[in-house]
Amino acid sequence: MIIKQLSIFLENKSGRLTEVTKTLGDHNINITALSVADTSEYGILRLIVSDPEKAVIVLKENGFSVSLTDVICIVVPHKPGALNKALNVFSTEKISIEYMYAFEMNGKASVIMKVTDIFESIEILKKRELELLKASDAYMV
Amino acid sequence: MIWNESIECMNREGIRALQGKRLVETVERVYHNVKFYRNKMQDLGLEPGDIKDIDDLYKLPFTTKDDLRENYPFGLFSVPMSEVVRVHASSGTTGKPTVVGYTRKDLSTWSEVVARTLTCAGIQKHDRIQIAYGYGLFTGGLGVHYGSEKVGATVIPISGGNTAKQIQLMQDFESTAIACTPSYALYLAEALEEQGIDPETLNIKVGIFGAEPWTENMRKEIESKLKIKAIDIYGLSEIIGPGVSSECEAQDGLHIFEDHFIPEVVDTNTLNPLGYGEKGELVFTTVTKEALPILRYRTRDLTILKDEVCSCGRTMVRMEKCTGRSDDMLIIRGVNIFPSQIESVLLEISETKPHYLLIVERINNLDTLEVWVEVDGVFFSDEIKKLEFLTKKITHAIESALGIGVKVKLVEPKTIERSEGKAKRVVDKRII
Ligand SMILES: [Zn+2]
Repeated sequence: MIIKQLSIFLENKSGRLTEVTKTLGDHNINITALSVADTSEYGILRLIVSDPEKAVIVLKENGFSVSLTDVICIVVPHKPGALNKALNVFSTEKISIEYMYAFEMNGKASVIMKVTDIFESIEILKKRELELLKASDAYMV
Repeated sequence: MIWNESIECMNREGIRALQGKRLVETVERVYHNVKFYRNKMQDLGLEPGDIKDIDDLYKLPFTTKDDLRENYPFGLFSVPMSEVVRVHASSGTTGKPTVVGYTRKDLSTWSEVVARTLTCAGIQKHDRIQIAYGYGLFTGGLGVHYGSEKVGATVIPISGGNTAKQIQLMQDFESTAIACTPSYALYLAEALEEQGIDPETLNIKVGIFGAEPWTENMRKEIESKLKIKAIDIYGLSEIIGPGVSSECEAQDGLHIFEDHFIPEVVDTNTLNPLGYGEKGELVFTTVTKEALPILRYRTRDLTILKDEVCSCGRTMVRMEKCTGRSDDMLIIRGVNIFPSQIESVLLEISETKPHYLLIVERINNLDTLEVWVEVDGVFFSDEIKKLEFLTKKITHAIESALGIGVKVKLVEPKTIERSEGKAKRVVDKRII
């Protein structure tokens, strides 16, 4: 249930994002999901990839500041109101979300989330019968 | 006009004889009153009797800024504290500032040399001088203040900053002279331009500018924009503050008031004395100071000394405008900054030793300092709010340590070029 997300520090200068994707491509690492959080001077690139451990090694070798972050991924049906229903669980259970981003998989919306207490959150979400994506599935999309 | 003609125009033999006599007295005093100098002289096998005249100067030990720091606060004072009527301290600051002290006589010496400086610049008793150097522990404001009063000029002690008020008082009080850093003078010029005030409508005719290095080009710019004469003045708190040397209206080198401060230029590597006309590190020995006499103080400023008589008639040795340093010290808006100070602030913040780079620029005539910090290891967080919090924390810590505003920029690892294992710490983009 715990998915290893790559977090990469990027200065806002041309070519840096291309270097990340090239490095990953050269090492045969596939990207499942991607988001960029940015400020005027730098950004944090967040990626779900096919082989996160290997990705960390090759990116570090290429001079990037990179770390692995534990995130979860909830799967919601691709229909109106579905995300709202899922998010209601978070608010009633008082699980705070640091950040989130979504991608689509097999006609369903998958939402990556960083939550404060990941182990406790997983327990709660399971009880509330929310569908959580397995790490292996997230890497294999 | 010359403030003290009998001294400032004395023949070279006369000056050397006076320096020799005062040097002997100074050495005698520090040997008996300052443990630091007694130990240093004993290590060199020197006794006060070995110093007979000015030619024996080179036998004496050097003094460095570190020596002052290590004897913080009053360890190098040669009089009891009851005789000390004023202290000042350098702004630089991780660890310990450099503290200097003055007896009543020292303050009077200081006023005398500043009075000479002002007279060199053509400032007289009917002038109104706006002192826009900072007042307080920094020697600039109060140093120029008392010298101006001695000359009999009308002092406007406005202190630094507050540009709108500076301009208003220039207009309302009809100031005829200004004392500030050269970069602030240019800043003022631009502020006047923005407000559509023609400098010709002001009464300022001369500015005395010091506390940071500046070039001939900057002088031309100040003179043409403010329509004034720009005079370079030099001083450092360790020696006395402003008033160590000053340009005269000939603007051809700074006259050193060598009846109080004996100048030397030494080779930066061997520390051997160099002759007139040779470029090296400027070294001063004070020969009249009571509270804090200093032997052969290494200023780290690079210059050339010349002994030809100036067209103004003064015979005192002149030094060229200082534009270089023999160490990595930066002077930013008049504040002395060493990269190592920033390094120790960063070390206190993080577990790991961060890589950093200082980018100094002159934007709109004001010096800016940008501190690049590499985001690596424990510094990195995948949450922007945490990185922003970290940036703020570093900014505050550096600002409170240095006393000047900085901009902290997070950069990727290995951004900072390493050469032979040693990183380049400073990029100074200022054109001085
Ligand atoms: Zn002259």
